[in-house]
Amino acid sequence: MDLSFLFFVSSGLFLGWSLGANDAANIFGTAVGSRMLRFSTAALVCSVFVVLGAVIDGAGAARTLGSLGGINEIAGAFATALAAALSVFMLVRMGLTASTTQAIVGAIVGWNLFTGSVTDTNTLLKILATWVLCPLLAGLFAVLLSKAVESCLSRFRPHLLRQDALTRLALILTGAFGAYTLGANNIANVMGVFTTVSPFLDLDVSGLLFSATQQLFLLGSLAIAVGIYTYSKRVMLTVGCKLLQVSPVSAWIIVVAHSLVLFLFASQALERQLIDWGLPPIPLVPVSSTQAVVGAVVGIGLLRGGHSVNWRLVGRIGCGWVSTPVVAALICMLCLFVLQDLLHLSVARPQHFVISEPALKRLKAQGLDTTTLKMLVDSEYGSAQQLIASAQSQQALDNDDQQKLIHFSLRSDFVLDHDRIGRLDREWFSRKQWLALNEAIGQRFEYRWQLEEALASRTEAWRLKPDLPGNKHFNQDLQQKLAHLYRTFEH
Amino acid sequence: MNFKLPSLFTRTSKVERNIDHFFDKVVMAGLLFRQAMRLYIEQGICPEFEDKMARVEALESESDRLRREIETELYVHTLIPDLRADVMSLLEDVDVLINLFEAGLFKFHIERPQFPATTLAELNRLLETVCDCVELLIASARAFFRDIQVVRDHNCKVQMLETEADKLSTSLLRRIFGSDLDVAQKVHLRYFVERIDELANTAEDISDRLSIYAIKRRI
Repeated sequence: MDLSFLFFVSSGLFLGWSLGANDAANIFGTAVGSRMLRFSTAALVCSVFVVLGAVIDGAGAARTLGSLGGINEIAGAFATALAAALSVFMLVRMGLTASTTQAIVGAIVGWNLFTGSVTDTNTLLKILATWVLCPLLAGLFAVLLSKAVESCLSRFRPHLLRQDALTRLALILTGAFGAYTLGANNIANVMGVFTTVSPFLDLDVSGLLFSATQQLFLLGSLAIAVGIYTYSKRVMLTVGCKLLQVSPVSAWIIVVAHSLVLFLFASQALERQLIDWGLPPIPLVPVSSTQAVVGAVVGIGLLRGGHSVNWRLVGRIGCGWVSTPVVAALICMLCLFVLQDLLHLSVARPQHFVISEPALKRLKAQGLDTTTLKMLVDSEYGSAQQLIASAQSQQALDNDDQQKLIHFSLRSDFVLDHDRIGRLDREWFSRKQWLALNEAIGQRFEYRWQLEEALASRTEAWRLKPDLPGNKHFNQDLQQKLAHLYRTFEH
Repeated sequence: MNFKLPSLFTRTSKVERNIDHFFDKVVMAGLLFRQAMRLYIEQGICPEFEDKMARVEALESESDRLRREIETELYVHTLIPDLRADVMSLLEDVDVLINLFEAGLFKFHIERPQFPATTLAELNRLLETVCDCVELLIASARAFFRDIQVVRDHNCKVQMLETEADKLSTSLLRRIFGSDLDVAQKVHLRYFVERIDELANTAEDISDRLSIYAIKRRI
């Protein structure tokens, strides 16, 4: 096994460990804190389902490479994962519950700042807005669920012991489901970036295919399980009893409220349904499970009058949330500095931006005012930040225009060969899309949009549809596939 | 991890049954106490009184056994972790009532206090009030496990009956000490009146704690 792989993957495993130590507490914290489940039981159920989720369902999430998608060099991924893991670890050491999502987003912004990439402010603002909305929504759900459960209990009047047994069963089932989704959704953040350098080979165990990605994800999920066993107890007790002493039924309500919020912000099926009904869709952005849990706990506490909530601890956790992304970004930049300037490792693939004449035409077709941009034609820029700064000196560009300019002027080398097409997941593409890809074998492109146009000219299955609510899902799916192709075919 | 899902509900049902049986024993002991005391007032110590006393004694042993079994099940299998201590205190408190029934009958059997005929009507009323008070407390304790909204109603009635019992016992004591009886006999009778009244006082104390347990049971 390549030693450099072991070195780089260690930060992913550390991030996995942090995720286990912190996020598992969000799922089982209230159950353990209310003494409904022993820590050993919770840890076992959580570990088993995290591993199952990662191995069985993790591959789907990894196709989009999760939140770390923009990072294109293994050393950069190493620094980002290490920075996120370190900032989570520091908060966990303090006995506080950290937000892994915030740490990862902070580290990515740090990478963007260091490498001169431009952060998509629209997406970032959307994510920041959910950091406020998510705990509020979780609190609201917890209050509504409490009222509903209270009225059900007074209607059906189960015996205290029957209620206890049902609550215990419900806590285990929802916890197991939560652990499964934790494994499936977060393994891409932990291990996704290492799939390209993985030394594992596909295994065929008596007819069952155990892919190289699954083996890598098994390794990552084992790191999560180690985190659960070794360090999650402290955070579980913070969530489950230090913040507010919760009853078993409230413990279950908190877990359900937290899962509902995560589902709202992560479900493509729900988004599609809302669009079908003509309703505005909920943005699909990574939300923090920690914030959801703390929001739900505080919601229950407020319903009881708010006296029993440990407001001092809530304040400390809030401070932790504010500082996590900042600390993660700073650590990430420090790590990148060490890797790039002291160890002379490449932390980001060099990018070149050239506004060519055809690119300018396409920008004009996209609605951009290109009169002043003409002066920049054929000039070369070493980073997105330089390109934007130069363009901004000519004319003001909003965030959307900046993203378009970056997309249409990024020059690279995209090669469609048998080997690279063979690496794609055949199942993910429609028959027409697959045929068009195979027809383009042997072609070479300088720009992303050229590859996009070459495919779109072959079939409408590769063409973006008009920006209407009904087409949103198709367009999103197509853009995910195109992003995956850019990464795969970039030489 | 000694956790088996199928056995979870079986175990729960068993503990549920034991708790119900425990309360049945206390209710039955209360009924037997009431009947035995009526017999005592009407006929003094008689074979039927002794039979009822023996049955109360047997019920007391049985309730002790059930209480220990429930306690073991709750602690060994970590059932209702948040309310386990409250449930155990409740069962122990209620067990005190059955002990008081048993001890009361024994004292009457051994010491055979002689109440003057003029006090018998009031003694009867005191006994009825005290027994009603204990029965309501048991209903309240049962409701704690199934319907906490009712606990408050029952507890209100328990408190009302306890006040009533206090008034009756005070009036009875006044009548005893205002009579021509020998001082030693007056003191002897006072002891028995207070012993009967203690049942209502204990029931009220338990109902006070039960109100707190019910608040804690709310989600």
